[in-house]
Amino acid sequence: MNHFPEAWGRPRDDVYGAYNPLYLQTTGPKAHTQSPAVTGTSVVAVKFNGGVAIAADNLASYGSLARFTDVKRLRKFGESAIVGFSGDVSDMQYIDRLLESIDIRENYSTNGNTLNAKNLHTYLSKVLYKRRSEFNPLWNHILVAGFDEDKKPFLSSADLLGTTFSAPHLATGFGAHLAIPILRRLFPEETPLESISKDEAVAALRECIKVLWYRDARSLDKYSLAVVTEAGIEIQEDQQVEAQSWAFAEAIKGYGAQVN
Amino acid sequence: MTGFDFSNYNRNAALHAKGVPLPKATSTGTTIVGCIYDNGVVIAADTRATSGPIVADKNCEKLHYIAPKIWCAGAGTAADTEFTTALISSNIELHALSTGRPPRVITCMTMLKQHLFRYQGHIGAYLVVAGVDPTGIGLFTVHAHGSTDKLPYVTMGSGSLAAMSVFESMWKPNLDRDGAVALCAEAIKAGIFNDLGSGSNVDVCVIEKDKPTQLLRNYIKPNERGEKERNYRFPKGTTAYLNQKIISKEDMRKYVSVEEASGDPNLMEVDI
Amino acid sequence: MTTLSGQPLSEAIGYSFSNANSAPHREHSFYPYTDNGGSTLGITGSDFAILAGDTRSVAGYNINSRYVPKVFKIGGDDETGDGAHIVLSVVGFAADGQALKERLDAVVKMYKYQHGKPMSVRACAQRLSTILYQKRFFPYYVHAILAGLDEEGKGALYSYDPVGSYEREQCRAAGSAASLIMPFLDNQVNFKNQYIPGSGEGHALEPKKAEPLPRETVEQLVRDAFTSAVERHIEVGDGLQMMVITRSGVEEIYYPLKKD
Repeated sequence: MNHFPEAWGRPRDDVYGAYNPLYLQTTGPKAHTQSPAVTGTSVVAVKFNGGVAIAADNLASYGSLARFTDVKRLRKFGESAIVGFSGDVSDMQYIDRLLESIDIRENYSTNGNTLNAKNLHTYLSKVLYKRRSEFNPLWNHILVAGFDEDKKPFLSSADLLGTTFSAPHLATGFGAHLAIPILRRLFPEETPLESISKDEAVAALRECIKVLWYRDARSLDKYSLAVVTEAGIEIQEDQQVEAQSWAFAEAIKGYGAQVN
Repeated sequence: MTGFDFSNYNRNAALHAKGVPLPKATSTGTTIVGCIYDNGVVIAADTRATSGPIVADKNCEKLHYIAPKIWCAGAGTAADTEFTTALISSNIELHALSTGRPPRVITCMTMLKQHLFRYQGHIGAYLVVAGVDPTGIGLFTVHAHGSTDKLPYVTMGSGSLAAMSVFESMWKPNLDRDGAVALCAEAIKAGIFNDLGSGSNVDVCVIEKDKPTQLLRNYIKPNERGEKERNYRFPKGTTAYLNQKIISKEDMRKYVSVEEASGDPNLMEVDI
Repeated sequence: MTTLSGQPLSEAIGYSFSNANSAPHREHSFYPYTDNGGSTLGITGSDFAILAGDTRSVAGYNINSRYVPKVFKIGGDDETGDGAHIVLSVVGFAADGQALKERLDAVVKMYKYQHGKPMSVRACAQRLSTILYQKRFFPYYVHAILAGLDEEGKGALYSYDPVGSYEREQCRAAGSAASLIMPFLDNQVNFKNQYIPGSGEGHALEPKKAEPLPRETVEQLVRDAFTSAVERHIEVGDGLQMMVITRSGVEEIYYPLKKD
């Protein structure tokens, strides 16, 4: 016991370490999403003759924990647009609610217009840019697939900063490193869209998901795949990575001199 | 005294604390790969060296000689890959002379990892070690901190993911020489075109059992520069000067031997 | 405050008092900017102006897309840009660039609706400066160049810093390879460091006088500037987009660049 009453009953720094008062903090910057919590990894997509194909696995990770293995990260909008989400899952669900309310409003409106994928992308990119400008970002990187006003296949991306870009093939997250080289090799940018069939596009996406499953530690071998064409949206949400090859592993013994 | 000289350490730490930035090292922000096949091993590299976002060398060599049948592909700090491989090459040669046997890939890999581990990652050399020796075919990666890995196909550097995507979607067991070379070249091309740290040409090295090693320098050149549209040769006298002093060849002959060069003596030697 | 041997109480004994109400300032981990790389360049002539930019969009060591325009027609038709007589290039943070371009486009359109005449390039240049300075403390992270024809029909080029300082110039390079291209322009457009051979001795040597270059020469210089920047800067490449502003309108030219 010492003669400072303020110290009575308090843990001593030299015994317990300095007190961490962080949780007492009431002032300072408002706590926005400063880092994502439950997250989805890559989304990959490619345009083909008459439509767009898009795929994402069904995993939501909590840090390095594979937390939820049946999360649907491809969301339909109307009859001809798909949004693929990577990044924070709670922010994804918030955006999904936004989209739902827009869809309902559009369906009740009498103007007769329907929002196409391009309109949807413009809207979402502005939402994301506005939120980043308020220092309160929606922690997502999204791909929007569908058609533009001329009924041409449309594929574009928007991220948490509001940066947008489009290309014949796009991928978010780890897919930007692993899937894009595959897609660019199979369908170089200068390839006319007419020469890429739906089956080729879908096969390429399945290959990309497989390579991501091999090399992305936050991925899953169960995935969703959606194809948007003039006829509508086909979405399959319980796909499994098939024909995996682990042949390379057979001959490996150790990491150096070990031989058996 | 052998090894590194640390005598400027305290001075540099003080300068750094005052805000003087560290000098920027040339890095081979790189794609390097290796792949074994039935009768040997292939390694390959791109040829771009960078210093930040600037291309420092458009056609550098990232495949380093260790021994006649052991070669190394290097990524990371250019100087570190250069000196580390040269040091180990020298030690391997001495080792081979002392034992009277051809050097082994595993020996080279072990010497590299022990050297790099000692320096705790401060020597920024990321290497693919490949070769053929009496025990068989060897292919390893060595990281700057000293860890190693053994696989039938490996990639390293900033373009490693782009290159690995090629291996993971196209590799199959029991490749032949041409298949392995083509696969490695394709993997490097994936790095060249998808990774900004990699670029220019593809270098390949094939190390085969019972055959001399083949270094295929600039095996593919997919990035040749086109013709410039204008001529940037200036008329003589364009540059201002305040005084001139002419040193004739006769004056120079007093000190050095002078040889006549061929071609127009009025033309500058312009970089091709 | 009570002190013990001249030291503050908490430091002397080692209890965490002072920390309790002065929590360490937590760092905001969200950074609202990114650099999308690339370069732009503008040169004027006696009756035209050229604005050019590469079409690569970059994120770190990745290529987002090989075709993302940096040069935009301002005040023209919404989709095609027809009828525009002002051109803007933006390089830096692409989302801010997009937002800036859309704001300026709206301003130029509103001017025409309200005043019944097209906005002059000089007025537009001044307005762009104001728009940039309005965000002085949360800037648009872009280097903008504005081009058009002035009241006399001469090529006009205005270049900006991110917070609105601007200047009319003959030529300007901006973006990641600006430091590579600008000295080339100084030498080849304004003939800096070039003297007339044999025109005098020592200080009497006459500098070569700059005069407006013909369009063909300027186009060649632009292409040479970009093919050279591509050689030595990793963020520049894929394609070159050129806008040529003349009395008869705005002409857009695309020219492929190296993709490595």
